[in-house]
Amino acid sequence: MNAFLIIVPLVGAALAAVWPGNRTRPWLLPAVGLVHAVLTLWLFVDPPTVAPTAWLGFDPLARAVLPAVSLLFLVCAAYGVSYLKVRSERPNRVFVALLLAVLGLLSAGHQARHLGLLWIATEAVTLAAVPLLHFNGTPRAFEATWKYLLVGGTGIALSLLGSFCLGYASLHGGGEGDLTFVALTAQGAGLSRPWVLTAWVLLLVGYGTKMGLAPMHTWKPDAYGEAPGIVGAILAGGVTTVAFTAILRVRAVIGAAGEGAIADRTLLVIGLFSMLVAALFLLGTRDFKRMLAYSSVEHMGILSLGAALGGAGVAAALFHVWTNGLTKGALFLSAGNIRRAAGSASMDEVRGMSILTPRSAAIFVTGMFAVTALPPFGPFFSELQIVRAGLASGHGAAIAMFLGCLLFAFFGLTRVVFGIVDGRPRTAARANGKRFVETAGVIVPPLLLLCLSLWLGLFCPATLREAWSAAVAQLFPTP
Amino acid sequence: MSGGTLNLFIGLAMGLNLLALGSSRLPSLIRAVSLQGVLLGVMPLLLEHDTFDWRVVLVALATMVGKGLVIPGLLRRAMRAANVEREMAPFISYVPSLLLGAGGTIAAVALARGLPLLPEHAGTLLVPGAIASMLTGFILLIGRAKAISQVCGYLILENGIYLFGLLLIHSTPLLVESGILLDVTVGVFVIGIIVDRIQRAFDSLDTRKLTTLRE
Repeated sequence: MNAFLIIVPLVGAALAAVWPGNRTRPWLLPAVGLVHAVLTLWLFVDPPTVAPTAWLGFDPLARAVLPAVSLLFLVCAAYGVSYLKVRSERPNRVFVALLLAVLGLLSAGHQARHLGLLWIATEAVTLAAVPLLHFNGTPRAFEATWKYLLVGGTGIALSLLGSFCLGYASLHGGGEGDLTFVALTAQGAGLSRPWVLTAWVLLLVGYGTKMGLAPMHTWKPDAYGEAPGIVGAILAGGVTTVAFTAILRVRAVIGAAGEGAIADRTLLVIGLFSMLVAALFLLGTRDFKRMLAYSSVEHMGILSLGAALGGAGVAAALFHVWTNGLTKGALFLSAGNIRRAAGSASMDEVRGMSILTPRSAAIFVTGMFAVTALPPFGPFFSELQIVRAGLASGHGAAIAMFLGCLLFAFFGLTRVVFGIVDGRPRTAARANGKRFVETAGVIVPPLLLLCLSLWLGLFCPATLREAWSAAVAQLFPTP
Repeated sequence: MSGGTLNLFIGLAMGLNLLALGSSRLPSLIRAVSLQGVLLGVMPLLLEHDTFDWRVVLVALATMVGKGLVIPGLLRRAMRAANVEREMAPFISYVPSLLLGAGGTIAAVALARGLPLLPEHAGTLLVPGAIASMLTGFILLIGRAKAISQVCGYLILENGIYLFGLLLIHSTPLLVESGILLDVTVGVFVIGIIVDRIQRAFDSLDTRKLTTLRE
């Protein structure tokens, strides 16, 4: 049953690759997205029992995050239909097929219970995303793609090395080198300590590159800045999530090996460093799509910090995966509209968008407030939960720094957002903006994501909270 | 006796690292990478001596064809299309990178002695070979300006990881290994295509021209 989450999108991708009509092909996106979402919901409500030796399984951790990715994809897919209609001059065969392939591979990565399989799935997602990044075909887009490939490729190579090191830790500790997480956790303290620590460093750097934690975040502003908004939304809400769950799964093994304290300390430091770097760059950037990338780096830092704070922190981080993914999706999609209407992404050339694209600008501003933790939107509550977890576990100084970075990020974001929204539009932009019509197809999806963020803040259902605590129970088993 | 042959092959691969670091001409760099790929492909056969497993043979063959023929062929095509033969003015020039590589190789051998290894792996050059190749790959990635040289660096880095992965060949199921091999091949293939596109978009393969995107 859970295998269909992988098979359906991949079959959809194959279908898209042979589908003849450029105009009708994009409808495959919402069709497959809907099937995927229904299947995920079904599995969420009625979770299957996972055999402990299974390589793939809809286990509590997958149950806690995969629905968010599926939901985000479905809304983005609906946006994709209108987006590709606007971009009808470009062939979309590769774009649609690979977007669907990304969904299938993400489902595989989230459900992977084997270190090697997890690596294969994440690497495949990285590669499948490459043509999505240079969909616009500009020299800038190719430059961004090249940087993404080099930095991402090196990161993914290091995580493969880390996976091998963890396997060798098992061999050296007298185990059989079985790379399923269950077997590695069961071996626990029997894993060879030096190899476990080497593996942790390499895996954190490797998957941290994929997540976009500083200082391995350098690909992110370029890639998010040049890719279409829909791709940015799925990368920031889905691909980074699979890397985060990878780190959580590895962290559980390291914890079982008795090195949890060291792992938590590194996660804390790298999380705060990412937040700091992001906040500083947010104060300097003049490009509103790159701004979203730095904001994403900041939120990856928040996730990493949450993961360092023990069980309550991990539950809060899983909550934040949902709130950040959905809110960031609204921001990316509305920013895509604004970028298309304005013809540029730099605040030196763009202003007065509240006149040219009033609806997108309203969503963009509201989304910005939501993502900077304005109540009653979701991110406020997830970040509050992280603050609580931090204070309860005695990390007062870290929480103070966390709040300081949030404040600076708020300054940076408002500076750019109001810079492009306020004022009088330029004459050149006026002509360009007239050609872009804010149809329901490009307005409803980001609005819906914003509503979902509000819903998570105000009426977060008890089943979701229960799913997050079940995932925590899987990661921190009580003997 | 196969341990001795294996060490000979790894030693040759380490020599090719130095050749790659010292060559200024792209064809000889690509040739070094291609030869290293073939050597790496033979190694699983040397490790698997007591039982004959056709899947190991398959992985070996796929490695030889992928790393030895397909990828270098792709790089040669990109090189001809871009009409570049030489790496002009690298960030780290040849003598310093050779010295770095040689020093790194010695350090790798010394470091591997200090690492806790199983007795059956302590006698082989697998771990020093892996560390030296990864280091070589990094030097090429950082120190060269042409996109093709950087791809070669990435390949040598991957080769180093592959060498390390040979330690686990008895314990990891081959499904995982072939998946990894497939991913790596596709990865380099994608990189090759992007190199081609960069060449068309910028009319050059000099990555120093890729500087539009910055703060």
